[in-house]
Amino acid sequence: MSPMFYFLAGLTLLGAVASMSLRNPVHCALSLVVTFAGLAGIYLGMGAQFLGLAQVVVYIGAVAILLVFVLLLTRAAGGEAEAEAAPSWKMAVLVGILVAGVMGAAVMTAGRGVPRETGPDPVPVAQIGRVLMAEYALPLQVIGVVLTVAMIGAAVLAMPEKRGATGKGAGLPGKDGLAGQDRALQRGSSERRQKPSDLPESAGRPVA
Amino acid sequence: MLGIGILKGLGETGRNFIGSYFDPKRMVTVQYPEKRLPLKENSRQFPFLVFDGDEASIGLRCVACQICEKECPPQCIYIEKSKDKKPDHVGKPQYYPAVFDIDTSVCMSCQICVEVCPFDAIKMDNQYELSTTDRFGGLLLNRDRLAKPNGYFQKLHPTDAAEIDLRREEERVKAVAKAKADAEAKAAAAKPKAATATGGSTVPQAPTASA
Amino acid sequence: MAPSIDQLFVNLLHWVVGFLPEMVRPWASLVISLGAILGVFALLFGLTTVCERKAIARMQNRLGPNRVGPFGFLQFVADGIKSLTKEDVVPRTADRVVHFLAPLALLVPVVLTYLVLPIGRNMVVLDLDCGLLFFFAAGASTELAVFMAGWASRNKYSLLGAMRAIAQMVSYELPFILSTIGVVMVAGTLSTVRIVEAQAVVEGDWLARWNVFTPWGLVAFVLFVIASFAEANRSPFDLPEGESEIVAGYFIEYSGFKFALFFMAEYLGMFSSSAMAVTLFLGGWTAPVAGLGWVPSWMWFFAKLLTLMALFIWVRGTTPRLRMDQLMDFAWKFMLPMALILLPVVVIWHRLGGGWMGWLVCAPPLALAWVLLGKALVGRRQIRPRTYRYAEG
Repeated sequence: MSPMFYFLAGLTLLGAVASMSLRNPVHCALSLVVTFAGLAGIYLGMGAQFLGLAQVVVYIGAVAILLVFVLLLTRAAGGEAEAEAAPSWKMAVLVGILVAGVMGAAVMTAGRGVPRETGPDPVPVAQIGRVLMAEYALPLQVIGVVLTVAMIGAAVLAMPEKRGATGKGAGLPGKDGLAGQDRALQRGSSERRQKPSDLPESAGRPVA
Repeated sequence: MLGIGILKGLGETGRNFIGSYFDPKRMVTVQYPEKRLPLKENSRQFPFLVFDGDEASIGLRCVACQICEKECPPQCIYIEKSKDKKPDHVGKPQYYPAVFDIDTSVCMSCQICVEVCPFDAIKMDNQYELSTTDRFGGLLLNRDRLAKPNGYFQKLHPTDAAEIDLRREEERVKAVAKAKADAEAKAAAAKPKAATATGGSTVPQAPTASA
Repeated sequence: MAPSIDQLFVNLLHWVVGFLPEMVRPWASLVISLGAILGVFALLFGLTTVCERKAIARMQNRLGPNRVGPFGFLQFVADGIKSLTKEDVVPRTADRVVHFLAPLALLVPVVLTYLVLPIGRNMVVLDLDCGLLFFFAAGASTELAVFMAGWASRNKYSLLGAMRAIAQMVSYELPFILSTIGVVMVAGTLSTVRIVEAQAVVEGDWLARWNVFTPWGLVAFVLFVIASFAEANRSPFDLPEGESEIVAGYFIEYSGFKFALFFMAEYLGMFSSSAMAVTLFLGGWTAPVAGLGWVPSWMWFFAKLLTLMALFIWVRGTTPRLRMDQLMDFAWKFMLPMALILLPVVVIWHRLGGGWMGWLVCAPPLALAWVLLGKALVGRRQIRPRTYRYAEG
C-alpha cells in the first residue's frame, strides 16, 4: 500500500464519481477514461503489466472511443443533459446496492489466507500466453466465436437501412464485418458514395 | 498490381528531387531579391501617367477628362481638373489634372482605366515592390509620383508604345500639316484680303463674315 | 575504442547517476534518459521539419527555405520563437479545460512511447517484458486526445477533422498491430530489446536476421509502414486535416504554442512509429551484415530511422490525398486480410526454418494474395486519362 496506490485509487474514484455527476455527457465519458487510466495504473503497480497495458489498449483505445462516438452520432454532444432521473431509478439503485454488496463481500472474503504484502511479482507475458493458448484454448475460442457472432449481428442489424439508403449494388451488407463503431462510419461514407453508374468516368480512382 | 502506381510516382518525384540540384533549368522559382525572373511584356500591377518630353508638368498626356475616374470599379482614382489650359501634343489647348491620385491599396489592377483612356495617358506599370511602412500615405500615389516619361513606357511595353507613338506622330504631323494648311489658307485668305484692301476687290468677303 | 564509443552514453549516464544518493538512482536514471531522448528527438524534429520543407520543395522544383542560418537549417528556431510569442487564442464557446488538456493528452502518450524504444545496445529507458504492448497502449491513447481537441474547440470543422482522424486511426490500428504479430511469434517475446537481439547477425553468418529479409517480414514491414502513415495522419492519409474542405482539422482552433505542441506530437508520433518499424523489421540497432559491428549501435539506429523518415517525406511529396471511402476500403479490404494471411505464413516459415525452402513455400502465396486483394480492391476500374463531362471542347 504505497502512496502511489492511494493516489491512483483516489484518481479512479474521483473519475468514477465525476462520470456519474457531471452534466455534459462528453465530460462524463472523459472522466470515465480517467477511471480506466487509474485502474490500469493500479494493475501496473501490482506488477500485472499485461493486464494493465491491455486495459489501456482495450478501454482507453477502444471502449472510450466507442463511447464518445456513440455520443457524437446519437445526440448533440454539446448540450448539457437535463437533471432528470430515469423512470426505473428505484430498480437501478437496488441493482447497484446488490452489485456493490456482492463485490464487497467477494473482496472481503478473498483476502483471507493470502499474505497482505505479497509484493509485485511480475508474471512473464510468455507464461500468460502459454496458459491462454494451452489450458484455456477452448474458452478463448468460445469468446472469439461469441464476439464474431455479435459482430455479424451488428452487421445484420444495419442491413435494411443500408439497402434502403444506397440502392442495390452499393455495397452488400456485412461483407466487411466491421465492429460497431466503424460500421457507423462506413455507413456515413457509403451514403455519400453514389452508385457507380452515376459517377463520371474514372472519377473513383483506385488507390494504385 | 497494387503499388506500381505509387512506385512510379515516387520515381518521378525522386527524379525531380535529384534533377533540381543538377539542372538549374528545372527550377521554376529563383532566389528572389538577388535574382529576378524577367517579367512578361503584358504583366501589370498599378497604373501610371505617361508624359512626353522631359518635364512632367508640361508633357503630361492626361487632359483630366475624368473618364477613368468614372469607370474605375473600386473608385481608386481622384482627379481635379485645372482652371487653365495648356497645349497638348497637337498644340490644342487642353485642361490638365491639378490633382491626380491613385490609391494603390484600393486599386485592383483591372486595367479598365487604360482601356477607356482616349489619350493613351494612363498605362499599367509592372513595378511590384511597393511595400511601405506608411500604410495610408505610402500607398496613395499622387500626380508627381505617378508621372513617368514616355521612354519608360516604351521600355515597358515596346509593342504597345511603338504603335501609340506612331499614331501620335501621325496625329501631330497631320495637325502640323493642317495648321500649316490653315496658316496657308489664312495667309492666302489674308493676301487677297490685303489685295482687296489695297486693290478693292469684293470676292473674299466670306471669311471675314464668318469670323 | 569502438565499444567505448558504443557505450559512451550509457557510461555517461552511469557516471552522472553515480553522484546521486542510492534512493533516487532508478528514478534519476529514468528522468535523465527520457530527458536526453526527448532533447535529441526534439532537435531531430526541428531539423526534419526543415529537411522536409526543403525536400518537398526540390521535388516540386522549388528552392525551399534557405535563409535562416546555413542553408536555412535554423528555420525551425525562428518558427519555434514565432509560435512561442504568438497570441494564444481560445474560442469563446470552447470548453476551456478540455481545450487546454488536449495537446498535453496528445503529447504525453507520444513521449511515453519513447520509453521502450531501444536506440542502441543497452540504450533503452525501460526494458519492459511487454514493451510492444506498452507502445501500442500509449499509441492508442492518442486517439482520445484528438477527439478532445476536436470536440472542445466547438467548431464543426475541427469536430469533422477529429471524427475523420479517429475513424482512420481506429481502422488502421488493426493492421498496425496485426502486422507486428508475426515478429512477436518468431521472436517469442514482446520485449523490444529481445526482438532486436533476435535479429542480430548470428556467428558464422554474413547477413543479419532482420525480419525484413524474409517474405512475410517484407510484407509486414510494408503494411506496418503504410499503417503508420495513417496513424501519423500523414499524406496520403492526411484527410483529417484536408485544407480544402476542413481547413486544418482538429487543431483549427489552436494557435501559438498549443499548435506547436500538436505539430510536435504529430512529428514525434511519426518518429516513434518509424523507430518501432526499425526495431521490429530492420533489426533495431544491429548491423546489416557481419563485419560492420564496429560502427556504434546508436548510429545504426539513427541511420535507419532517418532513412525511414526520408521515405515518409518522399511519399508525402508524391501522393495525393485519398478519399474517405478509399481510405476505409484500403484498410478493411486490403490491409486487414493481408495482415491475417501473414499469420499462417509466418507459422509455416518458422516451422520450415527459413532458407530457400521457406522462400519457395512462403513467397508465392503472399505475392498471390497481394495481387488478388489488390485486384479485388481496385476492381474493374482502370486507370486511364481522366475525362471531363462539361469542361472539354
